[in-house]
Amino acid sequence: MSVEFDYRLCNSCGGKEEPFCVKYCPGDLLAIDEESGKPYIRDEGDCWDCMVCVKSCPLGAIETRLPYPLASYKASLKPKILKDRIIWYLKDAEGREEVFEIKTFN
Amino acid sequence: MGNFKVEILETDLLIIGGGTAGCFSAVKAREKAADLDVLILEKAHIERSGCLAAGMNAINAYINPGESPESFVRYVRADAMGLIREDLVLSMARRLNEVVEEVESWGLPIMKDREGNYLARGRWNIKISGERLKPIIANKALEAGARVLNRVLVTDLLVEDNQVKGAIGFNIRKGVFYLIQARAVIVATGGAAGIYRPNNQGSAHHKMWYPPFNTGAGYAMGIRAGAEMTSFEMRFIALRTKDVIAPTGTLALGFGATQVNARGERFMAKKYAHLGAEGAPTPWRVYGPTQEIKEGRGPVFLDTTHLKEEEVRELKKSYLNMYPELVLAWAANGFDPGKEPVEIQGTEPYLVGGHTQSGYWIDVDRQTSIEGLYAAGDVAGGAPYKFVSGCWAEGAIAAESAVAYIREREGEERGPIIDKLDLDARAGEVFAPLNRSEGVHPREMEESLQKIMDEYAGGISRYYEMNEKELGMAEQKLEKLKSQVKYLKAGDLHELMNCHEVMDRIDVARVLVKHLQYRKETRWPAYQSFVDYPALNDREWLKFVNSRYENGEIKIYERPYQQLIPGDRYLP
Repeated sequence: MSVEFDYRLCNSCGGKEEPFCVKYCPGDLLAIDEESGKPYIRDEGDCWDCMVCVKSCPLGAIETRLPYPLASYKASLKPKILKDRIIWYLKDAEGREEVFEIKTFN
Repeated sequence: MGNFKVEILETDLLIIGGGTAGCFSAVKAREKAADLDVLILEKAHIERSGCLAAGMNAINAYINPGESPESFVRYVRADAMGLIREDLVLSMARRLNEVVEEVESWGLPIMKDREGNYLARGRWNIKISGERLKPIIANKALEAGARVLNRVLVTDLLVEDNQVKGAIGFNIRKGVFYLIQARAVIVATGGAAGIYRPNNQGSAHHKMWYPPFNTGAGYAMGIRAGAEMTSFEMRFIALRTKDVIAPTGTLALGFGATQVNARGERFMAKKYAHLGAEGAPTPWRVYGPTQEIKEGRGPVFLDTTHLKEEEVRELKKSYLNMYPELVLAWAANGFDPGKEPVEIQGTEPYLVGGHTQSGYWIDVDRQTSIEGLYAAGDVAGGAPYKFVSGCWAEGAIAAESAVAYIREREGEERGPIIDKLDLDARAGEVFAPLNRSEGVHPREMEESLQKIMDEYAGGISRYYEMNEKELGMAEQKLEKLKSQVKYLKAGDLHELMNCHEVMDRIDVARVLVKHLQYRKETRWPAYQSFVDYPALNDREWLKFVNSRYENGEIKIYERPYQQLIPGDRYLP
């Protein structure tokens, strides 16, 4: 597990040559599948879980999934990027939610 | 493969690596000399490349009120067991506050107290809300007018008569081969991860402290060009949360957690009080818990059970700014740090010139032993305790020095640096793995390297300890591995990048082993635990171990230590 794409939401950033996730991944781990035209991760084990792709997706179509040996299934952490803030939506294994709002730009 | 496109680029100042130091040095260079062309070549994308990809929650090198650059040098010297380049640390310390204030003016939110001073988190630390720190400095570099080529892997420097002329590399998305001519070069590629086998395997093998994409390119190209390197033997091992490998500074400094073993003993106070207990030098704070685990009193934890609900929430916020996965892992595992202590472990060894001092041997202007070649940030050696702001300070110094160097030679002729035939040969070499249908996959060679280093050069499985016999075997095995590099094969440009990354790491590892063999003392436990020479030996080893690659051999040079700031070198 590393990142998971929701291909119902992903539209490859409107068919750009370089969708944002592919453009910014610090490890060049994301590539475009020739057949579907949509991004995918080359090797899940190579993911650093930095969440750059997750944050850069304008449609929220990418989610971080930690490697299974490190974290049990069924929790989620989703960022919402605003101009000067980031809002984090955390859901634990039991479905309990927590929201964090942090200023990121002055 | 003759069908690659060749592009020749020209610039005044070439910056290799658009990370923390690289972006800042670009801003400073353009500020200083708006008529000079500055070109950043970045392997990933400057928006989020390097160590700052996920953000940062603190600045850990800042001169808080009541302190001074001199008191900083004393602290860093003691933390590095009495051996540092005091001139480098002092010159860096004098710029720390200025560079932090500058980045704040670019939009970085820094927490302040009621008086409007930066909120201190420790002696040299201030809290920041830095999730967007990298885009902030990257955009400033662009605003300042630096040109940036992203997705370009620089494979080698071009040096003639010990003067840097430029570099070569390729675009990892388009396969274009570049020859870059420059009047001066700043290497700012960061340190090296992936030399040793990491804590996690398989689907989690890149879950490590340092970016797995910082592969020592700058070190390797300098080594191959004959530049002098220093202190590779002072490896860096981070003390991190177990499994997810999140920072522990946040817990220890930010929230006052102490280390305890399986029996609930505060072992740092119990056994290392004479060195400062929880405040002992950083290598001892890794050695201590490692010994507890080795001797059967593990696991080791940071005791966070004193934290109240609101503090736990603040703790999570702090991690979200820099290492959000830890918050997710806690939620997934049903873990509450207010109720249970956080398990910690040492990482595998890295080479960095930021936390420790492995890297290019530089003068106070940040010039390396190659004329016109400057180094800044984690790729530069001799000055530990840089962290983010130290990289900015070095970036500023390097930029100013490089600009002055360019100005001094303004009238000079720039002849062609490489003829057509040689250019084709170099390009052919760079792309060679793409032409092999049979051979070794870069991942396989990486595993082999990491296994050799872990088992014979003091990795995690050996509790970081090594002896002469093992190091001799490491040397032999690395030589054999190097001879196999000609079999590396790549199926696409991404894998070609991986081939070059593993080749670079092998070159770095060979120099590292040489340094580890040479320093016959143990100055930095865990970082450099030489079992055959277990004591610190100032009589014979108060000096720097440096090296240069000359005539196909790694030659060691000893360089003297100079004390500038008076006082006991072991007291902070």
